[in-house]
Amino acid sequence: MNANTTLWRRQIAAVFRLEWRKTLLSKRGWWIYLLAAGPVAICLLHALTSRRAHPVGNDVRAFAVMFQLFYLRGAIFFGSMGIFASLFRGEMLEKTLHYYYLTPLRRESLVAGKYLAGLLAACSLFVPSVAASLLLIGSHDHAYSDYLWHGPGLGQLGWYVLVTVLACVGYGAVFLACGLLFRNPMIPAAVVYVWENVNPFLPSLLQKISVISYLKGLCPVEVPLPPPLNVIVVDIDPTPAWIAVPGLLAVAALLVAYTAVTARRGEISYGE
Amino acid sequence: MSAASSPDTLITFTDVSRFYGEVLGVNRVSLAIPQGVTSLVGPNGSGKSTLMNLMTGLIRPTQGEIRVRGARPDHPEELCRLVGYCAQFEAVPKGLTGFQFVFSYLLLHGFRSEECARRAREAIERVGMTAAAGRPVAAYSKGMRQRIKLAQAMAHSPDVLVLDEPLNGLDPMARAETIALFREWGDLGRHVIVSSHILHEVDRISDQVILLSHGYVVAEGEIQGVRNEVKEQPMQILVRCDRPRDLASRLFSQDHLVEAKIQGDGRNLLLRTTDADRLYLLLNQVILETGLEIETVSPADDDVNSVYQYLIGAEGGTT
Repeated sequence: MNANTTLWRRQIAAVFRLEWRKTLLSKRGWWIYLLAAGPVAICLLHALTSRRAHPVGNDVRAFAVMFQLFYLRGAIFFGSMGIFASLFRGEMLEKTLHYYYLTPLRRESLVAGKYLAGLLAACSLFVPSVAASLLLIGSHDHAYSDYLWHGPGLGQLGWYVLVTVLACVGYGAVFLACGLLFRNPMIPAAVVYVWENVNPFLPSLLQKISVISYLKGLCPVEVPLPPPLNVIVVDIDPTPAWIAVPGLLAVAALLVAYTAVTARRGEISYGE
Repeated sequence: MSAASSPDTLITFTDVSRFYGEVLGVNRVSLAIPQGVTSLVGPNGSGKSTLMNLMTGLIRPTQGEIRVRGARPDHPEELCRLVGYCAQFEAVPKGLTGFQFVFSYLLLHGFRSEECARRAREAIERVGMTAAAGRPVAAYSKGMRQRIKLAQAMAHSPDVLVLDEPLNGLDPMARAETIALFREWGDLGRHVIVSSHILHEVDRISDQVILLSHGYVVAEGEIQGVRNEVKEQPMQILVRCDRPRDLASRLFSQDHLVEAKIQGDGRNLLLRTTDADRLYLLLNQVILETGLEIETVSPADDDVNSVYQYLIGAEGGTT
């Protein structure tokens, strides 16, 4: 390993060390904790209050709906926005970004370090939340325990965790770029949100230009839209995992690289 | 070209302009700043911070070229090893103690952890903050925050230290210590670039000054040299002697003497002349002829304050 690589590695580690705690323990991020803790609390409440046994499939489907509608389209989307968009924008608002810009640190290393710190923070919140919700939702029922530990449950948990991590990777890259490129990242975030949510109603080619369509295809349990929405949905074949996973990673890498180029050209003015 | 003035020992601006949209930051600035302590002086909005931000790479010139000891500001990997900048922005990242603040940003230079800790301790000690290093920066007073920022800027031993209003918020003792520190760094052959509104302190600190007004460099160089260039303002010379009235009467016949005024306890004679060299020669002659007892002869307006008033004047309003 040459000296430059060692230096960059050490610098990225230093950025990561500065950022991850700040990102994960930020007081401003209390609502992200709520987004992550909310479904766990609901699943726990459900487990504690359900007396009647019901088919395992009900809990499995209920979790699938919660995962796709709440986690993917709500909690992880907005949580990633809160975490990643403030990695640069937050420091600009607090007028502290110049400390980074005054160190002999390649801007690419700064972006990589911040992105990795954001990713760790997002995954630390949402992966345990998803896992805990899936484990808790049917825990009052022995049949559900069998389904989990002796059936396909753990395999499905693995896929849900993978989709959660990929969602953080994908949305993280989008919002990292938004935080650097836009003075108010809420506007591009709203555009992305609308785009992601009208996605099932778009022509098949346009559906492919989104994070959600790849993530949805990787989910282990399908969630059909209720009528009358199911009539106007444009059904497409889910992208195979061997394309969707590396594809999402590649797009995220491209976005992070673009952010790094933008950071390299960037100036510190704090809007003064 | 001597070693002292080779490009690797100078900070050079070549025809540099910077506009913020349609607003002028600095315009057509050409400078070659030698080692030592250089003060940027000018009213608010004159372009001091813009010059500092340009030379530290925080902003880019709209046109022109900048070199800091040979390094280009758009190459932070190279530049930021040479430069430490204590900027005007007061904020410090939240949740860090003074020590963590200095230590964390040293890690970004690529030093090993133990090296960072040693440098951080030394820098904090130099600014007299050792006792408070373990406390959160958020709990610091303005002066303490200023000092910890200074420690952070100098912890990696930069050859160029750029300081935007570094004396703001410091108590008199800390001011004196900080000025002594700047002088020490300047004497080591480093660049210390300081902006300050407090002109009598600029006098004490600086080897040279750069006067700015409305984004233009009005004057630059050693302060006496700059004063000598202001031909339209007669030089003021203060003579303290036993018979100031006799001296005044002998000098009044000279056409270069504009004014002579007895001041203070009656032993001070303030002279205003358009030709200081001739006045000094004449003084020698008068002393020999009349046996006057001279205590002191000193220029009375070759300080930054006077030069500032002559060149920038009331428009500044910040002295």
